[in-house]
Amino acid sequence: MSRHTLSVLVEDKPGVLTRVASLFARRAFNINSLAVGPTEVTGISRMTVVVDADGELIEQVTKQLNKLINVIKIVELTSESSVQRDHILVKVRADAATRLQVTQAADLFRASVVDVSTDSLVIEATGHPEKLTALLSVLEPFGIREIVQSGTLAVGRGSRSMSDRALRSA
Amino acid sequence: MSKGSPISPSLMAAKSAGAPKAPEKVDRATDAVVDNAATLSPVLGPNNVVPPTVMTGSEAIVRSLEELGVDDIFGLPGGAILPTYDPLMASKMNHVLVRHEQGAGHAAQGYAMVTGRVGVCIATSGPGATNLVTAIMDAHMDSVPLVAITGQVSAAVIGTDAFQEADIVGITMPITKHSFLVTDPEDIPHVMAEAFHLASTGRPGPVLVDIAKNAQVGNMTFSWPPKVDLPGYRPVVRGHNKQVREAARLIAESRKPVLYVGGGVVKGHASAELLELAELTGAPVVTTLMAKGSFPDSHAQHVGMPGMHGSVSAVTALQQADLLITLGARFDDRVTGVLSTFAPNAKVIHADIDPAEISKNRVADVPIVGSVKEIIPELTEAVRNQFGQSGTPDLASWWSFLNNLRDTYPLGWTEPEDGLTAPQRVIERIGALTGPEGIYVAGVGQHQMWAAQFIKYERPHAWLNSGGAGTMGYAVPAAMGAKVGEPDRVVWAIDGDGCFQMTNQELATCAINKIPIKVAIINNSSLGMVRQWQTLFYDGRYSNTDLHTGHETVRIPDFVKLADAYGCAALRCERDEDIDATIQKALEINDRPVVIDFVVSPNSMVWPMVPAGVSNDQIQVARNMTPEWEEED
Repeated sequence: MSRHTLSVLVEDKPGVLTRVASLFARRAFNINSLAVGPTEVTGISRMTVVVDADGELIEQVTKQLNKLINVIKIVELTSESSVQRDHILVKVRADAATRLQVTQAADLFRASVVDVSTDSLVIEATGHPEKLTALLSVLEPFGIREIVQSGTLAVGRGSRSMSDRALRSA
Repeated sequence: MSKGSPISPSLMAAKSAGAPKAPEKVDRATDAVVDNAATLSPVLGPNNVVPPTVMTGSEAIVRSLEELGVDDIFGLPGGAILPTYDPLMASKMNHVLVRHEQGAGHAAQGYAMVTGRVGVCIATSGPGATNLVTAIMDAHMDSVPLVAITGQVSAAVIGTDAFQEADIVGITMPITKHSFLVTDPEDIPHVMAEAFHLASTGRPGPVLVDIAKNAQVGNMTFSWPPKVDLPGYRPVVRGHNKQVREAARLIAESRKPVLYVGGGVVKGHASAELLELAELTGAPVVTTLMAKGSFPDSHAQHVGMPGMHGSVSAVTALQQADLLITLGARFDDRVTGVLSTFAPNAKVIHADIDPAEISKNRVADVPIVGSVKEIIPELTEAVRNQFGQSGTPDLASWWSFLNNLRDTYPLGWTEPEDGLTAPQRVIERIGALTGPEGIYVAGVGQHQMWAAQFIKYERPHAWLNSGGAGTMGYAVPAAMGAKVGEPDRVVWAIDGDGCFQMTNQELATCAINKIPIKVAIINNSSLGMVRQWQTLFYDGRYSNTDLHTGHETVRIPDFVKLADAYGCAALRCERDEDIDATIQKALEINDRPVVIDFVVSPNSMVWPMVPAGVSNDQIQVARNMTPEWEEED
């Protein structure tokens, strides 16, 4: 199964997240990650949904999503034509002996230290999911206490805006 | 999105044609209801202009229904919907008080199926709303335009597990086309208009409007028509020209085409258009369970119903076809059998108003998204041009193969060995004595399949049943709704003894409200279809399928006494020689509902049958009897 990133413009109405999530559940589609937030247009939210599906199935996913009345527009963003980022917060064991090594590792990934205690650090990093996986494997030997990771966010490259196009075509 | 947001005007400009237009025409006689939402106002009804008027939310609900052109409503009041029942009492709309909310839902479905209009049902919060769930799911599976209005507890106590509180929007989310929770009375007019627009356009379906009690009792300013604000809803009506031409090219090339016609042709009111296309192409037509009557059974090109209990000619036509011209059908598993073995040599043209149906189960070679009402005439025109260029295809050998099958394996039945009446005969006689102008509403099971097989359907909207959902108990309330929608037609509920016991309380509604339906209970004293499977696949071990209502049983309940208690004319027929006279008697009684207890053999089975889990090629005309394929290639 291949991985697809769908950007979905939805009306900001109560229950819209439930409608999307329950659609995936009842049609037995797999969500890899999901992120929701407001957009530049009042009343419109944008969901970035990462789905594991084959060609015909992803077509069915988008068609079913399009049937939801609150869904305004769906665009599939390929990794070449878009910027895709995850955000991660990692709590790592780090005492006086290892703290320097951990911060140096973080530096290599352009991650920053956002909290320090006597025996731990919280590292914040942003990047493509593969980069974050690499960061985690470097931090792993020090002892990872907690991981908090966002869903993938994605935006198309270039000057065009998805919501502009959505409103013109509507 | 708020109404004042900068996006909605531009969005609406493309969707509505500006000023209010004439009401949507509903011409029942010619079956000419057009889904022309693109050109008419999205607000149903005459679009009367109502200047701002202060009223309560509940008055706004009733007024909105009136403005939307609603004449009949099926419902049952309760605490959270009580405010709305007060102004309803003064309305000119006809409210039919049911005995169970499921009955209201199915009645609204039956009403919608025969009239093509939106069916409306009302219930209170909590259990009232959950009792509608089966009917909503049924309408969802069979694409029936339905608006369900439910009361909800006051917004202030939503989420506190208040008395009779249920999250009905959440419960019905997977089985509605859309749903609304209204907590502000100002939202009522536009939500009601949006609900009716959604239910009736595109692929029709059920829409739930859940209205909190505070929104019913609060004051608001009513004006009409409201603005419909659905930026994410743009049903495609017209088919793509290029695809239509490509379809015509495939039709001209095909030597074994089949028109595979589904319920969408009934919903789209496209029977006349279908007839023209069929006669132009000369192709055989199969009509699915949901499409019975969309093409006349008596027409020479009709080769039957496909599917698990379809005719050999229809099932084989699909299996052997080189081209499926699929119109408003959805490759349901009951039609295809094992999907990978279905119509293995056929290319597929698939026209449907719902893009998600196309290539969902079977990949389409030529997908055409749009209304069959628009697509079929365009396709006819394109085929006519194509035939003009490349000649009319010779289908003679295809027809000789199919005619041979039709002659060799006609639908029929064998007399039961127990000497009791064959249920098929009862159903065949009801159809023959009532005629094609009647309306036939079935429950679910053996009697449903026999009613599909042995009644001749010549017109659309004459055959109602629960196809996708398979809801036992559909028949009596749906027949009641159908009779309200088409009071001048004879309406038969052809029901099983199992189904009938699920919803027969609506006989009280029928008797009191003078809705004289006719109910034929095909009483084989058992859950017949389940019993048939037990006979065939479980070694005759009849686990929990005996209902004790037939010959030589305790007959609990006694259906004649039960019907009598409900104020219905009650008849019983137990012998072949009494069948016609009993039906005639029922046809003569029109001042009250009639219930006939046709006591029949429990051993009759539905044939042909494609057993579950095998290819349609394994169709059996009787137990362990598969046709011999003489000309199979």
